[in-house]
Formats: sequence, structure tokens, C-alpha cells
Amino acid sequence: MFEDLRDLYQEVIFDHNRNPRNFHVMENYDRMVEGFNPLCGDRLTLFLKLDGETITDASFQGSGCAISTASVSLMTEIIKGKTQAEAEELFHTFHKITTGKSEDLQLEAVGKLAVLAGVREYPARVKCATLAWHTLDAALKNEQQSISTE
Amino acid sequence: MTYPIEKIRADFPILNEKIRNKPLVYLDNAASCQKPQAVIDSLVHLYSHDYANVHRGVHTLSVRSTDLFEAAREKVKSFINAQSEKEIIFVRGTTDAINLIAQTYGKANIHAGDEIIITAMEHHSNIVPWQMLCEEKGAILKVAPMNLAGELLMPEFEALLNAKTKLVTVVHMSNALGTINPVEKIIELAHAQNIPVLLDGAQAIPHMPVDVQALDCDFYVFSGHKLYAPTGVGVLYGKQALLEAMPPYQGGGDMIRTVTFEKSTYAGLPHKFEAGTPSIAEVIGLGAAIDYLNSIGMEAIAAHEAELLAYATEQALQIDGLKIIGEAKEKGGILSFTLHKIHPHDIGTMLDSLGIAIRAGHHCAMPVMDFYKVPATARASFAMYNTKAEIDVLMSGIRNLIEMFG
Ligand SMILES: Cc1ncc(COP(=O)(O)O)c(C=O)c1O
Repeated sequence: MFEDLRDLYQEVIFDHNRNPRNFHVMENYDRMVEGFNPLCGDRLTLFLKLDGETITDASFQGSGCAISTASVSLMTEIIKGKTQAEAEELFHTFHKITTGKSEDLQLEAVGKLAVLAGVREYPARVKCATLAWHTLDAALKNEQQSISTE
Repeated sequence: MTYPIEKIRADFPILNEKIRNKPLVYLDNAASCQKPQAVIDSLVHLYSHDYANVHRGVHTLSVRSTDLFEAAREKVKSFINAQSEKEIIFVRGTTDAINLIAQTYGKANIHAGDEIIITAMEHHSNIVPWQMLCEEKGAILKVAPMNLAGELLMPEFEALLNAKTKLVTVVHMSNALGTINPVEKIIELAHAQNIPVLLDGAQAIPHMPVDVQALDCDFYVFSGHKLYAPTGVGVLYGKQALLEAMPPYQGGGDMIRTVTFEKSTYAGLPHKFEAGTPSIAEVIGLGAAIDYLNSIGMEAIAAHEAELLAYATEQALQIDGLKIIGEAKEKGGILSFTLHKIHPHDIGTMLDSLGIAIRAGHHCAMPVMDFYKVPATARASFAMYNTKAEIDVLMSGIRNLIEMFG
């Protein structure tokens, strides 16, 4: 029935929505930032543990749609062990694949995150996928306690 | 007489659209309604034959436009049964109308320590303008509570009324819940203490006959675009004596009698509140929408929509994991719901892939979402052209997406 949606709602997304990874409050975090999408009411709190340049742990809490939950769940998996610079780089690449501005989509550069590239075709849902990453960006820059996609 | 649903559907050209290769099922009417051919034609005809600025020229086209514009005011007057066309002020929409009242009536009559009463189910546009006014004046905003069904608690409402209350402003029909408020009783209680009442009729006006004299409300406001008319036009009805006493809103052309650099005098009603070139075509389109609605009859439309709501509610209750938000006994054609563990935005995207347009979000009523402890709801809202067959498509879509989410 939902053939047209297979690119957007891939099985990996349902899986992460049903069983989000790293879904817990972190004790002794180094960074904590809240992300909020006022349009749909999605809210998440991102926790990071840092060792110098390296992100040693990441977790989150909150509620959102399947796309935003899967996006933040996948993100917390993938950034663990990365340096802050590598995570920022990934953010920029991810932004490109979800907004579809770059000609060559560099899907291989983002690994598992490529399942979220489908939002490109759904402009109303792009923010669902990028909320996690904007929140991470704010956490790494250590600028604010909360950010909003508006 | 049977309801002429086939004819009505044929009158709305957009209903022939295919969305993602499926026939459109348009159930986002509470956000905005589609337009009948008669309204579309009125715009095309105006711009092709009769258009010029209004109230300004002696030339033929200006006279034609002015006549059509003022005829639309007359139609609005009859549609809501106002006493005089002087009581019909054209504005941009409901939001504009409420802000106008806050900035004129509010500024002149509401002072430090005074109280304004709203309800727990207001649209942001009937909250924020009053918060702004209260902040400026040091007045106090009081919120009448509701129960879990989404019904106003009348004893609690009554208890809020007192000598400091300067205005009661209430949604006639809630856009987030569908609740139709007991506005007659509200007005009676408020008037017993000489408190004026403003009704936000944005949702009520397309779904039921409204008679402002029978209601005896002091202000009634609504938007054209939810009444099958173009965007950019709305109506502020106010009792003449109140409007006469209010200071003007914006200054400019059309709202003056004489202007010198020392002092200006203001035009009479309704022009005092209509500074600048108005939404001429949109106002005329609103007149065409009212003619169209009258040709079907608001009673017939209300009965048709009540049937749709009853059917949709009965179907929805049979779906496991579906929770209806808003179960007031008195309710208009709005089905707001959540699905267990499926976010409304996912519901919205999935239904869109089937050609079904619903709204997913907070419906500009964040306090209502907080009350029900949900971030958002999915909302199907019905109009004169919807059918039971479309509700079947919606329900089948919902069942299938629940299965897909697993
Ligand atoms: C109950 C209610 N009040 C006010 C408004 C605001 O109307 P508009 O956006 O046309 O000014 C709406 C529209 O969403 C509404 O449903």
C-alpha cells in the first residue's frame, strides 16, 4: 500500500524507531543540549562525553517522529569514537545528502546514515532528520543550552 | 431533500486532482477550505471586466468595483444577521480582527489590574494578542479550564467573572478538538455582569448557521479562507455602539473624513477601521462564497457534516491504538487523534502518499497539546464536499500504516 514511501521509511528506520539505541540519560556528561522542532513538537536532549578531541559516548532522551528518532539513534551510534572535527565533517555531509544540494550525493561517506537520504524528496520532513545534527553541532560548539530548528 | 453531494463535488475543481497518483481526499479543511468554481470565477470576472480601486474614483470601473465590494458587505451582514452593514469591518482574517480589537477596544478599556478571560482551548491567535496587551497594561489573563473530553467547565468559568473582568473572549468551535462551546450561556453569564464577549468564529462559521443578534455577542470574528473564500480577507463584526466608541486602528487613506497637518477627523463606520486599499477581489470572492453557501443552505451543510463526524468517530473507535483527542458532546466536524507509538508527522506523510491530506501538528494550540500531554495530534477535518467513502479511505490508510509500523 505504501510503495511510494519505501525510500523514506526503510526497514532500518522502523528498527531504530522501535528500539532506539543509546536511549537513556547520561550521568557525568560533558555536554548536554536540548533540540526542539517547534513545527512538530519534536524534542530531544543530547548528552555527550568527551575525552579531549574525541567523543567517547553519546546518548539521548526525548520524543519525536520515526525519522527524527531514527536519525538521532543512528547519530549517537556513529559519532562514538569520532573526533569532534570528524563529527562536524559528517554533519556537513549529512546536511548535503538530506537537502540534496550536492550533485554527487556522497552516500558512501555517511555509511548507515544513507538510509535517511530519502527525506530529500519530502521537504516538510527534512528538519526531522537534521534536528539531531543541529543539536550535536550546538553541543560541540558548546554555545547554547537549547536550539530550535526555526 | 437529499443533500446534493455529487453536484457540490463537481463545483470544486481541485477535487479532481490526483495526489501521488491517487484521487485527492482533502481532510485538512480546518486549516483552510478549497474553493468552488463560483468563487474562482468571481475573481477572474472581476479582474477581466470590473476591477479598479474602491471608494476613490468617479470613473466607471471604480464605481463597479465599489458596488461589488459593498454588495459583499451586505451579503456578510445578512449571512450572520447583523443589524447594519456598518457593523461589518473587513480585515485580513481572524488573527487580524483579534489584534484590531486588542489594540483599539483593549487599549482604550483595559487597564492595570483588569482581567480578560479566555479558555483552555484557544487558538494562539486568541491568546497572544491578549498576553501582549496584558503585558503592556499590567492586566491579567485568566484561563477557564476544560475537562478531559475537551468541554469547558462552566462553574469554573462562571467563578472567574467579577467586577475586574473587562472582556470574555472565547472560541466558538475549537480547531484542535472540535468542541462547540456553550456560547449562549457564556454570553448570558458575562452580560449579567456587563462584560462584553468576543467570539472567535474561525471554525464555527463554515459549519453552522450563525446569527449574531440571536447570540447577542459583542464581537464575532472569522476568516474568509476557511469559508470557501480567498485568503487575505476576514470579518470583524462588532455591535455598532461599541465600534463607534472605539478609537481607530491604523491611520491612512479611506479611514479619514478630513486631513490637515494639524489634525485629521475620522470616517464613520465601517471605514474608520479600513485604512488603505483593502483586499478588493478577496472581499468580492467572499461574497461569492456566501452566495454559494446560501444556495446549499447552512442547515443542510451542518447536518451533512454531523453525519460524517458520527460515521468517522464510530469507525475510528474500532481501530486498536487510536485515541480520539476531543470527545465533547457538542462537537463539529473535527477528528483529532493519536496512534499508539506512531508520531502524527509519520501519519501525515504516510496518508499523503495515499492522496489523503490531514493536518499533523499542534494546530496552533500548544496549551491544548500540553493539557493532553501529547506533542502533536493528527487531525482530519470535514467540509461540505467530503463523503463517507473518503472516510473509508482514511480509515483503511490508518489501519495499513499501523500494520506497517508493526
Ligand atoms: C479557532 C481559530 N482561531 C483563529 C484562527 C486564525 O485564523 P487566521 O490564520 O485565518 O487568522 C484559526 C485558524 O487556524 C482557528 O482555527
